Order: sequence, then C-alpha cells, then structure tokens
Amino acid sequence: MNKTIRDIIAKFGKLPASIDQVADDADLYAAGLTSFASVQLMLAIEEAFDIEFPDNLLNRKSFASISAIEKTVDMIKDSRKVA
Amino acid sequence: MNFPVKITEESFAARAARVAEIAAKHADTVDAEGRFPREAADAMKAERLLGIQIPRHLGGEGATTTEIAELCSVLGQACAASAMVFAMHHIKLSSLVEHGADSEWHAGFMRRIAAEQLLIASATTEGGIGGNLRNSICAIEITGDTCRLEKDATVISYGSHADAILITSRSGPEAASSDQVLTAFLKDQYTLERTHVWNTLGMRGTCSDGFLFKGEAPAAQILPKPFAEIAAQSMLASSHLLWSGVWYGIAVDAVCRAQAFVRAAARKSPGAPPPGALRLAEVSNLLQMVKSNVVAGLKAYEDAKADPDKLSSMGFAVAMNNVKIASSETILEIVNHVMLICGIMGYKNGTPFSVGRHLRDAHSAQLMISNDRILGNTSSMLLVHKQDTSLLG
Repeated sequence: MNKTIRDIIAKFGKLPASIDQVADDADLYAAGLTSFASVQLMLAIEEAFDIEFPDNLLNRKSFASISAIEKTVDMIKDSRKVA
Repeated sequence: MNFPVKITEESFAARAARVAEIAAKHADTVDAEGRFPREAADAMKAERLLGIQIPRHLGGEGATTTEIAELCSVLGQACAASAMVFAMHHIKLSSLVEHGADSEWHAGFMRRIAAEQLLIASATTEGGIGGNLRNSICAIEITGDTCRLEKDATVISYGSHADAILITSRSGPEAASSDQVLTAFLKDQYTLERTHVWNTLGMRGTCSDGFLFKGEAPAAQILPKPFAEIAAQSMLASSHLLWSGVWYGIAVDAVCRAQAFVRAAARKSPGAPPPGALRLAEVSNLLQMVKSNVVAGLKAYEDAKADPDKLSSMGFAVAMNNVKIASSETILEIVNHVMLICGIMGYKNGTPFSVGRHLRDAHSAQLMISNDRILGNTSSMLLVHKQDTSLLG
C-alpha cells in the first residue's frame, strides 16, 4: 500500500521535492501539499483502493503524512470487514 | 481569597451603541475623504472593546465570536469602514486567542492588548501570490533568538494606524510556499514604506494601503502553530462570520431607510398602497435569509470550536464558505432593491434615505477573498465531501 500511496502522491501531490525524499511520517502540508492537490489525492486514493472517505475522516489529520494516509485507508477497510 | 466578578461592567451592546453613535456622525466624511475612522477607533478603545475577546484571566472579557458578530453588525449599521476595522482586529485576535494561549510571549501580548487597547492589523496579502493567502513568497529568517522579515504587502488594512501587525510568511528560506507561519510584530519593531494608496469605490475608511514591511523581533513572537492550522481552525471561519456581521449591518441599515421611505409615503396618502411597498416586503425576506444564514454559521462555529477535527473538516469549511458567498451576494441585491424603493432620494447623497455609501461599501463583500476563489475551493471539496442531508445537523 505504501508504494501505491507514494505513486499517487508523486502523480497528484504536486510537491516541489521528489516523493523519495519525503519520509513516511513527514508533514505533507509542510512539504508543499496544497488543499487543491490534497483533494485530487483523496480522489485518486478512493479510486485506487476502492473506498470512500467518510466525512469525519476528510480532514487535515487524515492526510497529514504518508503513514497517516495508510492508517486512514486501513481504518476504512477494517470497518468494511466488520460491516 | 476569591473576589466576585466585577458586575459593574456594562453590556457589550450598550458600549457598542455609544461607539456606533460616534461612528455614524463621521461616516460620511470618513467615506468622502477616504480617511481612517479615528473618532470611532478612539471610541472603541475608550469603551474597551478591543480586548473583549481575550480570556478573563489575561485581562479581557471572554467575548464569543457570536457576541462580537453582533457588535460588528451594530457598528456596520453606522459606518461600514469602522465596523470592518473592528472585525479585522478581532479576526486577528481570534488567531491569538485560539492558538497563542500556550505561548508565554503571546499570552503576555494578549494581556497588553487588553490593558492598552492595542489595535492589531493583518498582513496576509503579498505581491505575486495571486490573492491566495495560503501561499507566501517572503520567508522569515531566524538567527539565534531573533527573526527578520521583509514583505511586499500589497494590502495592510489600517496599517499606518495599527499598534501591531500579524504577518504571514514562509517558515524559513527553504520552506515550501504553503509552509507558513504567523508572526506578531509590534509597532516599534517594524517600518512601513507605502507602495499603494487605497483609493477605492467603497470601504474607503479602512485605508488598506500597500506597504513594504520590514521587521525585526524576538523569534518567540512567531506563533508556535503552522499558519495552515490557524487559517483552517480559526481565521477563515471568524473572517467569514465577522465580515458577514458587518455586511448584515450595512444591509439592515439600508432596509431601515427603505422602510422609513415607504412609511412616509403611506402616511401622505392613507388608504392607497404606497409605491415600493411590495419591494419592501421582498427586501425584508432577503434580509431575513441573510440573518438566518449568519446566525446558523455562528452556531456551527461555536459548536465546532470544542472539536479540532470538526473545525478542520471539509463539511465545516464548505459551510463557512457558503455563509460568505450567500451574505456577500445577497446584501448587494438588498441594497440595490432599497435604491429602487427610495428612488432618487436614495441615489442622492445627504438625504435621510441615501444609500450610495451602503451600495459602494457592499460591493467590497464579493471581492475580499474573491467569491470566485471561494467557489473554486468549495467545488474542489465537493468532489469528495458528502452532502449532509439532515435539516438540523
């Protein structure tokens, strides 16, 4: 999943630096992620993992870093298993 | 020993009403001369209204955003420029109150604001960023305990008249353009060289000149939170809500003038429905929608305040954007309607029914943070945000 997310960020995140230089726990907003790019990122992640972000997870925290995105995606997938 | 809370404090409303009386007296000359509403600003200080938002333990009165919005409306009915200065001061203060309380320097700064009634200005606009305040070109430079900043600030409202400026910049020379911080500079820590003069259609008294800002201060004056968080969690919401309070004030004063005009006509010819009466009913409907919109927005903000996740959620950002769009567009429709009702007496300056100043001031609403930009921002969020289908939620 980490690689897929990194590929998506590289494609849609429009970060000034290369994604290889961004650590898993680095703040993506500090790395230059704009709010517009973050929406594109969310759309691409929804498509890639076949999920939909519920509204309570559509906030800065869920997308603050690569590991935060992984956690968010996991959380949605887990809740689907239960349901 | 506990002392009882001072109960002799007069209500915010009574104090704001006295400021409004002074502001109204000078509104036309402030507008005509495009000068700072000095008398109203002095009255705000004399009535100690500049520190009310600050928590009591720091010497303020703990006023809520809702209470301040009401005062913005009261002042907006008298002089929109004075009201906007008051609103912008409190928008800056909300950044300090919500995000600076844990920082020793900023807590001390709030004490000073309350004690000395300091007027705080904002410098978020910069030449070359295309109006997007979430981007900076300039960067703060920190050496040891000192920070230095130079900014081509194309707009600093009442910059020459402020006692301190809160200013955005990149967090350092290597930082990305969206990696911003907000720093407080006191008047004796900066120089301003005027680069643009504010000669505008309306809101002329805000004196939002452009300046080359050069400042040097202790690095402790940089707010410890990223500006992105400050913007999302307090600044955007309080801007849209307090501005909307001012705009409602402009609209309600215009509607009062239209109503007085229609009543006077009705008294002259009892029995016959006066011209403009139907339009007045229409305008009262629009005014009520603006009011409901602002009040609902204030309630949503006060409810979300306790929950940082909700404050930075998309649903909340969409709601606040919508408050701004609706109130800024509708007040223009209202004042324009009022002009039709009052006819030439409304169009002329210096009559009891004049609304030329209202109309010019109201035109600023769609431009301060351009509605096109806000709609663009909302439309991108709507690609992922799900509509809340409940009536009350």
